[in-house]
Amino acid sequence: MTACFNEMFEGGSVRPPYARLQDWMAAMPAELRQMKQAEAESLFRRIGITFAVYGEGGDPDRLIPFDMFPRVFSAGEWARLERGIKQRARALNAFLVDVYGRGEILRAGRIPSRLVYQNEAYEQAVAGFVPPRGVYSHIVGIDLVRTGPEDFFVLEDNCRTPSGVSYMLENREIMMRMFPDLFRENRIEPVDSYPEKLRRTLASVAPAKCDREPTVVILTPGHFNSAYYEHSFLADLMGVELVEGQDLFVEGEFVFMRTTEGPKRVDVIYRRIDDAFIDPLCFRPDSMLGVPGLMDVYRSGGVSICSAPGAGVADDKAVYTFVPEMIRFYLGEEPILQNVPTWQCGKAEDLKYVLSHLPELVVKEVHGSGGYGMLVGPKSTVDQVETFRAKILANPSNYIAQPTLALSTTPTFVAEGVAPRHVDLRPYCLVGERIELVPGGLTRVALTEGSLVVNSSQGGGVKDTWVLAE
Amino acid sequence: MLLKVDHVTRYAYDQPVRGVVQSHRLTPAVCEGQRVLSWTVTVSDGQMGGGFRDGAGDWVQAWTVLGPVSDITVRVEGVVETADTAGVLRGHRETIPPAVYLRDTPATEADVALAQLCAGVDVATDALAAAHELSRRISEAIAYRPGVTHAHTTAAEALALGEGVCQDHAHAMIGAARHLGLPARYVSGYLHASADGVPHEAAHAWAEVFLPALGWVGFDPSNRCCPNDGYVRLGSGLDARDAAPIRGIARGPGQERLDVTVAVQMQQ
Repeated sequence: MTACFNEMFEGGSVRPPYARLQDWMAAMPAELRQMKQAEAESLFRRIGITFAVYGEGGDPDRLIPFDMFPRVFSAGEWARLERGIKQRARALNAFLVDVYGRGEILRAGRIPSRLVYQNEAYEQAVAGFVPPRGVYSHIVGIDLVRTGPEDFFVLEDNCRTPSGVSYMLENREIMMRMFPDLFRENRIEPVDSYPEKLRRTLASVAPAKCDREPTVVILTPGHFNSAYYEHSFLADLMGVELVEGQDLFVEGEFVFMRTTEGPKRVDVIYRRIDDAFIDPLCFRPDSMLGVPGLMDVYRSGGVSICSAPGAGVADDKAVYTFVPEMIRFYLGEEPILQNVPTWQCGKAEDLKYVLSHLPELVVKEVHGSGGYGMLVGPKSTVDQVETFRAKILANPSNYIAQPTLALSTTPTFVAEGVAPRHVDLRPYCLVGERIELVPGGLTRVALTEGSLVVNSSQGGGVKDTWVLAE
Repeated sequence: MLLKVDHVTRYAYDQPVRGVVQSHRLTPAVCEGQRVLSWTVTVSDGQMGGGFRDGAGDWVQAWTVLGPVSDITVRVEGVVETADTAGVLRGHRETIPPAVYLRDTPATEADVALAQLCAGVDVATDALAAAHELSRRISEAIAYRPGVTHAHTTAAEALALGEGVCQDHAHAMIGAARHLGLPARYVSGYLHASADGVPHEAAHAWAEVFLPALGWVGFDPSNRCCPNDGYVRLGSGLDARDAAPIRGIARGPGQERLDVTVAVQMQQ
């Protein structure tokens, strides 16, 4: 593979955002580094943040490796990313309002209508409904990779309930505790306003019938869920209640939560459960997790649900291909962030190309996640490629393929010292009355040398992500 | 025709339940050939919840009943003035694009046998004739016989049995139409049982198929006709479950016993 972009070192010199980290790195003997690493680990253990990132499953008690070497963006780099991310979040929400309304983009032939209307994630139960402020996806997690100084690609959009933001906050917290000097020497934009911004975003989409300061809750599937830590963490930081389905009930026109002081009306539900489990009356009659009657209250303006039911149709891997088209159609702008070129194996032409270029491509299952069930062509043996070829041929429409991107690397602490490792980035864009982006996000790092798979289930770790002030 | 509807649904629980939540699609929408003169829905001990018109143009009304309660009666009474539109749905306000009704559900999905039943039906030339032909084939392939199928029987299962009721006919009609690329949906409503000797269910169901030239058109394979002024249209959905006039959940371990009576009479 061609040489990839190193975010710190370029042509033998240090790129400006990392300038001050050069000395820090040099002044870190192995013993100190090991001591600090052990300290970080014990801090993480103490706060109990051991859940899998992005609902990947795996051992819930396993700690995700934390790499102390920060990933740094300059103010200029971030400004452009921010514009691109906000643009994308706006277009995705416009798309959702459209496809649950008149479907203009489909009528215009810009996106095939069967891709939307026959999509499993399309909820005809909310067709014709416009949520408060026209927002379906209130927290948009956009997964980005970088291949050059100016080249960022969106890998996927997460419009439902993107997780991992607690890592963004905890990674920062721990870095500040362990290396306070670094935060004096560098002017780093804070991320700790995220919970308050999230609370304000949620409160800003209170339903039509809410005539007072809205009561916000987080709805969790419960402590068996791999992201339960994050749910309770965010509830704590926002100062809102964390509830399960059984804590909520519908009476008359509203939803109430049981409290020790009696029933309390709930106005906004930040749900961390899937659509199928929201309301057994509407979706899954066998669900024990949901709140019977919730959807009727929602549709009649008695409560808001974030993200709005049906938002998932915008982050489907097949719909992803058309996000640049959405940006042009709804905003009349050119996309600031690029999509990764994607071949749909369900299309005969695309399949032909994919099968003849397998050793160069990354092939993924359409509904897969967590880095499982994928082929990274350049990193695979001939046998592995052939086995995968048979899988694709057995069910072509279940696969998409993308070129293998030369993901950027950042310096990472490894057993031998410091070495470049590949990274990605998930920032969290908030959409309510305003569109806001906290300067930072979650950087995931592939800790194995040469690996491009950053998923924690496949040996990935996390880093603190810095955005420098002007 | 003036049709008077009396529809009583009684839920009895063998032990009191803590509460009940219901979602009703029990109010006829206004459209050509259907005008509501009076209409009331009551739920014993019930508190009326939120109501809204959904994307399909149906009024959805939520109700809750605070327990403990051991029986609940939902009573629908009203008078509707109807006219025969030869099954064509006109003047009905809805926002869901017809293409959404190409979505299959387990209840309507066409299996090999249902696909074979569609063989030779040419949608491209004359979609209306094609839909009539489908309706005819289905009424022949699935004989009307109550009691052999149940609420969860799929179109494929009913076709294999060769017997069923209006729900099965409607599911098969929908599956066949979608198989041929025509959007189709399930309609629940009432039927005035005229004295023509054919057995009718007063609580009835049929299918609507979207035809490019006419829009939504009703087909009732059970009665080998298109809905006329003897029909009252309540609401629609992708299948029977989606279009159910009453959906409900009771909190508590009590076993539920359901008793439904429907009378549709012509008024002078």
